[in-house]
Amino acid sequence: MITAQFNKKLWSAQGGMQLDIQMELQQGECLTLYGDSGAGKTSALRILSGLLQPDSGRIEVGGETWYDSGKNINLPPQKRNIGYVFQDYALFPNLTARENIAFGLRKGESSALLEELITITSLGELQHKKPGQLSGGQQQRVALARALVRQPKLLLLDEPMSALDHLTRSHLQDFILEARQRYGFTVILVSHDLGEIIKLSDRVAVLGNGVISREGSPAQVFMQHKISGKFQFSGKILGIEQQEVVWIVTLLIGANLVKVVVTEKEIQGLSIGDQVIVASKAFNPILQKIRDL
Amino acid sequence: MLEGTPLKITFELAAVTTVLLFFVSVPLAFWLSSSRSRIKPVIETLVSMPLVLPPTVLGFYFLLAFSPSNSFGQWLDEWLGIQLIFSFPGLVVASMIYSLPFMVHPIQSGLASLPPSLKEASYLLGKSRTTTLLKILLPNIKSSLLTGIVLSFAHTVGEFGVVLMIGGNIPGETRVASIAIYDQVEALNYGAANYYSMVLFAITFSILLLVYLVNGGYLKKFWK
Repeated sequence: MITAQFNKKLWSAQGGMQLDIQMELQQGECLTLYGDSGAGKTSALRILSGLLQPDSGRIEVGGETWYDSGKNINLPPQKRNIGYVFQDYALFPNLTARENIAFGLRKGESSALLEELITITSLGELQHKKPGQLSGGQQQRVALARALVRQPKLLLLDEPMSALDHLTRSHLQDFILEARQRYGFTVILVSHDLGEIIKLSDRVAVLGNGVISREGSPAQVFMQHKISGKFQFSGKILGIEQQEVVWIVTLLIGANLVKVVVTEKEIQGLSIGDQVIVASKAFNPILQKIRDL
Repeated sequence: MLEGTPLKITFELAAVTTVLLFFVSVPLAFWLSSSRSRIKPVIETLVSMPLVLPPTVLGFYFLLAFSPSNSFGQWLDEWLGIQLIFSFPGLVVASMIYSLPFMVHPIQSGLASLPPSLKEASYLLGKSRTTTLLKILLPNIKSSLLTGIVLSFAHTVGEFGVVLMIGGNIPGETRVASIAIYDQVEALNYGAANYYSMVLFAITFSILLLVYLVNGGYLKKFWK
């Protein structure tokens, strides 16, 4: 059980912002922090891990107080036993993959877990290479294994897969699910990828301007305003082409190219590179279960 | 060999100074690269002062401070039995301060160039600041360390003003090569001056060339 309540004044390019977070997690749960960049997601993770000190609040993990501004308790990051995967992986360039993972072992600790983690992350053949010789996905696996070698109660993942391709991502997500089942740690994930959030998390907290504005299961949070039979996608204009009296706009939505017909009136003010929303209300999608193909 | 001692003293002084300075500068540079203390700008300024101050100014104040007729010099003499004026240990202390920025600056900028997440990752893996510095940070700024060591060494070899002020010109004790050259020229003994000069020129050139070759990666193909 993790309970945390803290606030901190943050300064960004847009000016000051008050981060005010309250969260509660069950043992073994996976919570995703979702929100615009600059909403305070990374700062929240840094406060939980002890890398950043809040102005006031209280953080309690499994009955142990990590931070309490009232009682002047502030455990350093070294004593919090957290697994943290950084956005840039933060692998040590001077150590091999294996040494990177082993760096987290305590003095005299057996290397059984180290071997196990190398096996389940399929790093066997790569373990003696330096991070510079590994691909992004391989580096990510090393970072994950390293974060787990101290058997943390809490694993913090800061957009760990944003730089990876779809297939590699999917493999890593499977690995996280498997590891969570095996070791039973609690996860807080920062992610922008809806597929990833739905696959990995039990609960989503939407962070906007420093406070959690909405919270619930991924389905509750993301389906809410789309439930009215309205389809809505955001995309980017790649091309505009005039054909007779109408314009054809080519959009990139996710990884798909879509062509949309637009009238002369609607094309005003649109140019290549603009972010747009394509919405359709007046149609009735048909939903069928896929079976007996 | 014409007269080996001034050269020997020069390189002894440079070696001792560099080694001691390295151990002083690493913690200082680490502190400067990570601290947000209010006195940091003051310390940074003090470290950089030898870059702009005439060596004679530095030497002059050392002379005053270390003089046995002064309370600090007297204290050193009485309690530690060290006399820093006109002695080799005095030269080492003065050289360390004079070469301080040449060691601290490369190490500090090397540490500052590392992503902060490296340090944080190590803390989160339960490692102390010292372990993090020794096992993670320093091994990743080897070229900065090499630059600092070599610049300090070469700079100490090239010292003149501070040495003259505080060490004087005692043969076999504080007469380093740069002063010996000045001496020989004054005595119109150009042959000897040329000998010292050539040796200093050749050695400092080779040292600096080696640094540029190593840091530029030109030598990598030979040991791979």
